[in-house]
Amino acid sequence: MFDLELTDEQKLIRDTIVSFASEKVRPIARECDETGTIPASLQTQAFELGLIHSPLAEAHGGFGEIRSAVTGAIVAEELAFGDLSISLYLLAPRLFAYALIDGGSEEQRARFLPAFGAGPYSASAAVVEPRFDFDTSSFATTARRDGNNWILDGEKCLVPLAAEASAFVVLAATPEGSAAFIVERDRAGLVIGEREKNMGIKALATHPLSLKGVSIPESNRLPDLDLPRWLDHGRVANAAMACGLARGCFEFARDYAKERKAFGVPIAQKQAVAFMLADMAIEVDAIRLLTWEAAWRLDTGLPATTESARASRYAASSTLRVADNALQVLGGHGYIRDYPVELWLRNARGFSTFEGLATV
Amino acid sequence: MISFDLSPRIAEMKNAIRSLAEQAMRPIAREFDEKEHEEPHEFQNLMWSISGGRAFGSSDDAPNEGKSSGPREGNLGACVTIEELSWGDAGLYLSIPNAGLGGAAVMAAGTAAQKTRFLGRFAEGQPKWGAMAITETHCGSDSAAIQTTAVRDGDDWVLNGTKIYCTSGDRALRSGGFVVVWATVDRTAGRRGIKSFVVESGTPGIKVIKVEDKLGIRASDTAMIVLEDCRIPADNLLGVAEVHQSTEGFKAAMATFDATRPLVAASALGIGQAALDLARQELAQRGVEIRYDRCDAHLSAIERDFLDAEADLQAARLLTWRAGWMMDRGQRNNLEASMAKAKAGLAVTRVTQKCVEILGPIGYSRQLLLEKWMRDAKINDIFEGTQQINMLIVARRILGYSSKELS
Repeated sequence: MFDLELTDEQKLIRDTIVSFASEKVRPIARECDETGTIPASLQTQAFELGLIHSPLAEAHGGFGEIRSAVTGAIVAEELAFGDLSISLYLLAPRLFAYALIDGGSEEQRARFLPAFGAGPYSASAAVVEPRFDFDTSSFATTARRDGNNWILDGEKCLVPLAAEASAFVVLAATPEGSAAFIVERDRAGLVIGEREKNMGIKALATHPLSLKGVSIPESNRLPDLDLPRWLDHGRVANAAMACGLARGCFEFARDYAKERKAFGVPIAQKQAVAFMLADMAIEVDAIRLLTWEAAWRLDTGLPATTESARASRYAASSTLRVADNALQVLGGHGYIRDYPVELWLRNARGFSTFEGLATV
Repeated sequence: MISFDLSPRIAEMKNAIRSLAEQAMRPIAREFDEKEHEEPHEFQNLMWSISGGRAFGSSDDAPNEGKSSGPREGNLGACVTIEELSWGDAGLYLSIPNAGLGGAAVMAAGTAAQKTRFLGRFAEGQPKWGAMAITETHCGSDSAAIQTTAVRDGDDWVLNGTKIYCTSGDRALRSGGFVVVWATVDRTAGRRGIKSFVVESGTPGIKVIKVEDKLGIRASDTAMIVLEDCRIPADNLLGVAEVHQSTEGFKAAMATFDATRPLVAASALGIGQAALDLARQELAQRGVEIRYDRCDAHLSAIERDFLDAEADLQAARLLTWRAGWMMDRGQRNNLEASMAKAKAGLAVTRVTQKCVEILGPIGYSRQLLLEKWMRDAKINDIFEGTQQINMLIVARRILGYSSKELS
């Protein structure tokens, strides 16, 4: 039966993340963007919140929690309300850990997952490729069989945590379709390139990966990963973070418009501004509902590619509009770096590119 | 717990209405678009016999239905069924005999005795309609500027004025139904003086002087009504007669819209979905399949347009369901109802225009119903509060402003 009420547990989790985002994330977001660094201590705090390892089996140091895409979407929205770069930084290890939980062999889980249960642990995934027509329906990075090994060739980009990650899940095309492979950092032929310089998410270090004849054993292929499903989880994460960013923009612009006076009254009392704010409020809710719908389908075991792709696509364009309108409400103040809105606009521009940078 | 599942009861109703829409509405949709002002009697009688005069998807506490067990879902159910009926045809949907908006006003503001007196008739006899008359030639959204007067004379109220754009007004007065008329008891009191009165069919002094010719929803009658010394019993006033210092009475009347706006949004969704379904089908016949999991660079312009239109409509649908769901839970949904109405009215306008554009000359031709749906769609951006009025309400609510602070 149709219901939009969070469970008590989800409310508790949301409240915890809300506090974390407002106390630990928001206050440092601008400085992180300017300096291009995120304090590693945040990883420890994220570990204490169980952001990565709570769904791990108890044998691997987790709590064996049943993962929910809806709960994941709620968490991602609240984190991104704090800051997008920091959200991606904190959530990136999920790309690796969740892929193994969902589609790894027993042996692979035993080999890699206990490290996530023991403390903050860096691992990541290489999904995006540096070409204008990239999408996850076909990878240019290839994997071909060589006896009992796989040989990987290709170029990846926008890989979070690449500088410190111990291992990556790499998505590549095989003759039998797309597949996921574990590539440890020290494999011959894997080159982690110079840090990328992006328009937004500047606090987050991302790097390109170059794979030239990287040979890995069959035991590094994830045997049971339902890749389309995994990508749907990524789309939901993308849409949820977009919602958080859009909400941040809306609330900031709303509060500003009630303070800022022109011609003797707050500019929010002018319809030209008030209607922009109303549109922003509607869009934030629209993005969230589309995201939750897709997440609910994932949790329920229903096909979800249409809904998750729809949510992600809608969120990408709508969030950009919300961010741009927020900047417009602030006028000149929106354009200067003393205010956060220009940062949010730069980050918002990326959602059409960011699929594959997070998962729920 | 968050769920987007419709209950078995609503899902079953949805399927039943879809069949009805396919069999009883689509085949006559064009006919009653072209024969404006003619009655689709056969369809109306069918609907009257099926519904027993109960508004389709009226809420759980509708007069002719016992309390259902389990959680209330009458408003959400109404959103779903009205979407399906409007998928069949929005004009015909609006021509269905029931208490309509007039009934909604009686339900919202009437006493138990008034509900029995005015709504009982919808459970028996020949098809009847209820209607609501608010708009006047000089005022629409600004309902507080109403000039129609109600003057107390002994045990009666005497009404004088002219009302326009009264949906089903002609049918209501011809069928033994009623029209709820908004009038002022004190022109100097502004919105505090606005009251609503039930004028029953057959009352001397009320008559329809014109039925409008329209762009769309032509199967629906839109009446201009004149009240000339129209005398009604004192007890036909909904609510209280006193002009209070506060605007609570006016606000209560406006609260009717919190229930009806999601229903208008739902009707918009049905038209939009019809257009999308047809466009997808026509495109598929020409070898164009819509792909969801591709980046823009791999998609044709038509696919991109289609995906954006469909997403916009789905966003509107979820906002609409939320507004209905909140109503069922007894939560105030003034903000959410206006969000849904604003989003859905605009979305369906754009979606239907886009579908006509996508199908080119076929879309523009009257050989398909698509061009009709585009014409029908636009009303949803106007009636039951224009796009702009709903945005204004959303803005006031999110900013915490009164109508004085943000006008």
